[in-house]
Amino acid sequence: MTILILKRLGIGLVTVLAVSLIIFFGTKILPGDAAQIRLGQSATPENVAAFRARLGLDQPYIIQYLTWLKNFMQGDLGTSLASDVPITDLIADRYKNTVFVSALTAAIGVPISLALGIMAAMYPGTVYDRTLTLVSVSLVAAPEFFTATLLVLLFVFVLGIGNAIVVGSTEGKGLFELIAHFALPITTLCFVIASQLIRMSRAAVLNVMSSPYIEMAILKGVPRKRIIFRHALLNAIGPIVNVVALNLAYLVTGVIVVEVYFGYNGLATLIVQGVQTRDYILIQGLGMIFCLTYVILMLIADIAAYASNARLRHPK
Amino acid sequence: MSNAQQNDHYVAPYDAGVSFDELPDSAPSSRYSPSWTGWLGISVVSFWVFIAILGPYIAPLGENDLPFPDDYSEFQMPRPGAWLGTDESDRDVLSRLMFGAGRTIGISFAATLLAYFIGVVMGIGAAISTPRVDMIVSRINDAFLSLPTIMLGLVVVAAVGSSIPVLIVTAGVIYATVVFRLARALGQEIMVMDFVEAARVRGEGRWWIITREIWPNAAMPLMTDFGLRLIYVILFISSLSFLGLGVQPPQADWGSMVRENLGALSYGASVIPVLAPALAIATLTVGINLIVDDISAHSGGKLSKRL
Repeated sequence: MTILILKRLGIGLVTVLAVSLIIFFGTKILPGDAAQIRLGQSATPENVAAFRARLGLDQPYIIQYLTWLKNFMQGDLGTSLASDVPITDLIADRYKNTVFVSALTAAIGVPISLALGIMAAMYPGTVYDRTLTLVSVSLVAAPEFFTATLLVLLFVFVLGIGNAIVVGSTEGKGLFELIAHFALPITTLCFVIASQLIRMSRAAVLNVMSSPYIEMAILKGVPRKRIIFRHALLNAIGPIVNVVALNLAYLVTGVIVVEVYFGYNGLATLIVQGVQTRDYILIQGLGMIFCLTYVILMLIADIAAYASNARLRHPK
Repeated sequence: MSNAQQNDHYVAPYDAGVSFDELPDSAPSSRYSPSWTGWLGISVVSFWVFIAILGPYIAPLGENDLPFPDDYSEFQMPRPGAWLGTDESDRDVLSRLMFGAGRTIGISFAATLLAYFIGVVMGIGAAISTPRVDMIVSRINDAFLSLPTIMLGLVVVAAVGSSIPVLIVTAGVIYATVVFRLARALGQEIMVMDFVEAARVRGEGRWWIITREIWPNAAMPLMTDFGLRLIYVILFISSLSFLGLGVQPPQADWGSMVRENLGALSYGASVIPVLAPALAIATLTVGINLIVDDISAHSGGKLSKRL
């Protein structure tokens, strides 16, 4: 098993390298010269050449790539082309919002969805189960901005609480004030992950419920609740961790749309701005951060699947 | 080549979990009779397809025409002349919705077709090629698959700019990676089945095996998956447009309509300009989802579990 996990970590490392290659050379095909963009049309050729040398753009691509990778690993993301500010400074006051909203979504959304999903698996085929399935089938296919619009209509227009745009500074606010501040984005994201989580956790528990040792327990006359909590759930933990990690990885997309929708400053709005202003250094740095988060969550999902599956742990 | 050898070469770890789920439990019966949720999905999707094709001809106004040119009429409530009100540039929401339908659905459908063409050809190709080729192609595919799709989209749009052909190719290539995995898994499962062995032993050629033995068995799961993939592509294209990186103004498309009119939520008179396109996307994708769910339940497959 250790060997398998090490192997998976190795594959993860290779994936990260591949990701960095895709991001670096993907942004390299940007039309226009970075130095020219930065200095404007009026710059003299000498100035442009000097600036290129300062950015290291006169080096061969492979050297540029290695320098960039080395700097990234040391926490130096370079300087923004559009604003001439170090990327780390741009990120500094924004990452808190993104991390706060994502973390709170996970903390609130995951337990509730898992409880709902496991309940549905406990009573399969009941009205509760079928309603929940129908709702999550519908929600899973709806775009984030649709869920967000419905929530805004409900809370802002019907109930008259909250604000359609998340405004104001987060400076000096307490935890509960912050939660109120970001209530709508967090609720939207909770719905986004809930629809997937409910279906997948229900399927994971039902999958375990159909295994022979559970049938044995049923035949012995063990009460259903006891079967779920003592027999099924322990074996479903692996698949459930897998499902949770996968869904948190999907949050990466959700966060981008939700930040733009509610218009607050976060990492996602920053990368969208980067794309609009063609600030490729910004895209490289932030793109790596997003992709790394995603790859790490996927890695956790895979390792959870390994650890929970005896057949994978002891391959024939 | 023996079965043992075929199973020996590298398969991504998470493949182990999904493997045999893709094939239906029983042979599909020839006639599909939808349940009420199936009919609901079919009617909603047909409605939108109808609008997508005929929208530009039956729309009351052009997509950038102003219903009340002499009036300052931002975010008007619905009234005669503009049945869904006006948007942030005083244009008719209903007409833009009808023009946008064709663009959103057309781009997504073309991209999904492209994804299927690339994915199925490469996937089944990898399944029947030598283990070494298969491994190389699969590893490259996995590297792309391990990136969030929206990030790939952002990088491509940043690099080459946004236009409708770029959107179709980008979405097509990104989603081909998923189709590749499915087609390859299916191909491999079917490749080791007895009737394929039999065909091989009889000395049938590669082309015969693909078209006569593998394809008929892979078609059903692939077609159900086509519906799911179409949903994800619609959501992907709409998200890109919503971020301002997809279909560019003044052309209308549902995702960009939501973006343009976001202001209505904080100071507009009418929220319909935001709600209508968002609702259009949601009903379309949920409709497709209902059909897919119904078909896979009908054919005894387990595809619905994966969504």
